[in-house]
Amino acid sequence: MDMNEIKEIFFQECEEQLAELESGLLKLNDGDRDPETVNAVFRAVHSIKGGAGAFGLDDLVAFAHVFETTLDCVRSNRLEPTPDVLKVMLKSADVLADLTNAARDGGYVDEARSRTLVKELEALANGETPAPAVRASEPAPAVAAPAPSDDSGFQPIPFSFDSFDDDEPAVDAVTYEISFRPRRELYTKGNEAALLLRDLSRIGEMTINCDADTLPAFDKMDPEEAYFTWTIELGTAKGEDDIRTVFEFAEWDCDLEIKEVSAAAPADERPMIPVPFDLSALDEGDTASGTASPSVNVAAEVVAAAETATSVSKMAAAAARVESKEASAASTAAAQNAAAAAAAGQTIRVDLDRVDRLINLVGELVINQAMLSQSVIENDTTGSSSINMGLEELQQLTREIQDSVMAIRAQPVKPVFQRMSRIVREVADMVGKSIRLVTEGENTEVDKTVIDKLAEPLTHMIRNAVDHGVETPEKRQAAGKDPEGTIKLTAKHRSGRILIELQDDGAGINRERVKQKAIDNDLIAADANLSDEEIDNLIFMPGFSTADKISDISGRGVGMDVVKRSIQALGGRISISSRPGHGSTFTMSLPLTLAVLDGMVVTVAGQTLVVPLTAIVETLQPEAASIHSFGANQRLISIRDSFCPLVDVGRILNFRATQANPVEGVALLVESEGGGQRALMVDAIQGQRQVVIKSLEANYTHVPGIAAATILGDGRVALILDVDAVVAASRGQSLKPEVSLAATG
Amino acid sequence: MKKKVLTVDDSRTIRNMLLVTLNNAGFETVQAEDGVEGLEVLEDANPDVIVTDINMPRLDGFGFIEGVRRNEKYRAVPILVLTTESDAEKKNRARQAGATGWIVKPFDPAKLIDAIERVTA
Repeated sequence: MDMNEIKEIFFQECEEQLAELESGLLKLNDGDRDPETVNAVFRAVHSIKGGAGAFGLDDLVAFAHVFETTLDCVRSNRLEPTPDVLKVMLKSADVLADLTNAARDGGYVDEARSRTLVKELEALANGETPAPAVRASEPAPAVAAPAPSDDSGFQPIPFSFDSFDDDEPAVDAVTYEISFRPRRELYTKGNEAALLLRDLSRIGEMTINCDADTLPAFDKMDPEEAYFTWTIELGTAKGEDDIRTVFEFAEWDCDLEIKEVSAAAPADERPMIPVPFDLSALDEGDTASGTASPSVNVAAEVVAAAETATSVSKMAAAAARVESKEASAASTAAAQNAAAAAAAGQTIRVDLDRVDRLINLVGELVINQAMLSQSVIENDTTGSSSINMGLEELQQLTREIQDSVMAIRAQPVKPVFQRMSRIVREVADMVGKSIRLVTEGENTEVDKTVIDKLAEPLTHMIRNAVDHGVETPEKRQAAGKDPEGTIKLTAKHRSGRILIELQDDGAGINRERVKQKAIDNDLIAADANLSDEEIDNLIFMPGFSTADKISDISGRGVGMDVVKRSIQALGGRISISSRPGHGSTFTMSLPLTLAVLDGMVVTVAGQTLVVPLTAIVETLQPEAASIHSFGANQRLISIRDSFCPLVDVGRILNFRATQANPVEGVALLVESEGGGQRALMVDAIQGQRQVVIKSLEANYTHVPGIAAATILGDGRVALILDVDAVVAASRGQSLKPEVSLAATG
Repeated sequence: MKKKVLTVDDSRTIRNMLLVTLNNAGFETVQAEDGVEGLEVLEDANPDVIVTDINMPRLDGFGFIEGVRRNEKYRAVPILVLTTESDAEKKNRARQAGATGWIVKPFDPAKLIDAIERVTA
């Protein structure tokens, strides 16, 4: 693993932490006052800061630091997380996310916004506590620097003339006398006098004296007590700061005096016994006995002491064992709780490529199994052999494997939903509205590809809902509504698909205006008679934009037609229902996976096509009496007292030049988006089966009216019908074939 | 013999950095994700030195250090605190809990190895 891989892990982790941060802040916003929530929020920012520091991502560190400082105020109850405070924090979380993205791949960061938030965060941190206390957390201003240095970029360099005056070089060794008396705590914290002396020896030449006067008689000696005082004479070119650094970890647990001495007093005139310090003794292992040189009397006693220490510690260990039993009982319970919690969310990380490969292989397996079944059926007319039974089991197993593999790719929609709450906040802020986003069913799972592709259309729809859907607080108040608007985002499973609903409690669609706009834009005839539903659906038409003024938010040249197309590209449908004064609801129905599809295999003009089963409401055999001609070449079929346009698939796809006789074929009643029903005419139904979707775009090119392709059991390629496109074509919007379909057969 | 380091940190990023840095420096490394797991693996890991974070879920660094110090066998093992908290108060709390020394983040491989070598024989 190299640093780049770790960096990638860091960014993945950042994403998790940012999600954690946001959901924690939202919980706080809902009144959650669990200290663990605050802690988790704090940890998330802290963790990002820690990692960012390691990679030298200074902008990220700086912002995270300020954020963390303010969160620490909340954590220590110095700052009440009021809605106002949380608003700043949520915005800060957004900026933190921007900074993270910028650090990853140079995304855009609104620097003015980030600076404003830094100020707001600092103000919050300062609000409750006296200003000077919090100042400490900020980077110390460059006090010493002369004022102009900031402007000119001139850096004052500390400069001393001493070095010129001196005859000897400035790095000349200085002798220090160091008095070091460890206390008992030094050892209990895992420090070791011998190691400190070893480190000291590395920065210069030294002589060590050990004063063992306070060492009591053996029987009175406490093996864990510290008795020695060391006096070290150190000649070093380094300064006192370097010496202090050696004792950095120990300075609280020892008496330490460092004096610079003149070279005048030679070491041998000092009253103490010089102890030659032998580094090699340390490497022999027993540090306690190694410290004292064998040349000193005390050494023997020290060794003895060390031995006593060992036996004493054995007794202590026995005593400790009794205690620890109780402690471990408690900790076992804690561990079990923790284990239960861990088991609930136990995950492994797998590279997406591996999963995709597996899915592809399973797809091949399904095809292979189908082909095998087919050839067995062709060669075994009895249909009751053991091979047949085995095949059935194989089919079932294959199906199960497929489902399980698909489940690996299934992810909760939560991350996408969470991103939406940020968009609502930002856009609402920009347009001066107050809007609450309520999400439901965030844990609904759907294929990762679907989730990834859902974010963009959803973002656009949310923007629209905030910008155009929900009214300004004043208008809402005037209409007797809560000045705060609500946008509800729901996800749920429904009959093998995922249903995503976006509901706002705004003014609803202004049908007058929509219709006028459509007429102005030549989308419909001026005298067109449209139902409410049809008017509502006009907003999905290309070239339609209702906003009187093109706003910064939703008027980015992307209309609802693009949203609709992206949803359709996912094999989904979108529809709208609106109640004037009460708001609009957009409903998106999406497949759970893009890899397989339950389809009805049909024959049209000698070609085999697959019609997605989800689109089919029912199938029927038309009778001559139920077919009615209408206009030039329109036909209707009457089904249970209602009329439904009949669409000849073969004609629409240019498989044949003239319309087939409906009575000789089968009608598939389909529901297209917008709710309208159509009867698709096909020649015959071959059967129903699950097919593996193979992209036509990736392997060939886009063909209008065709969603994708698949490989059937007999090895032939069959095209999967794009029902919505075919229905749209039947309405008169012709398919503009980039490639002649006849060529693909 | 290779010296063994037990690292305790909830950040996957930092855990990986520690692992790479320590392995490159010739240490054997055992890792735990928080204080609770740290105490669980302590006996089996039998480390020569411990490097721990402070801010962790379930059991923070302070609690973990106290737990190690209560363990008769490991009460003298050097424990280095790896944390961004450079302020005196946190450092002091860690020391009171029994920390041997600290490494102030941002994570710097040289600083880490230097600190480990300072507290181990």
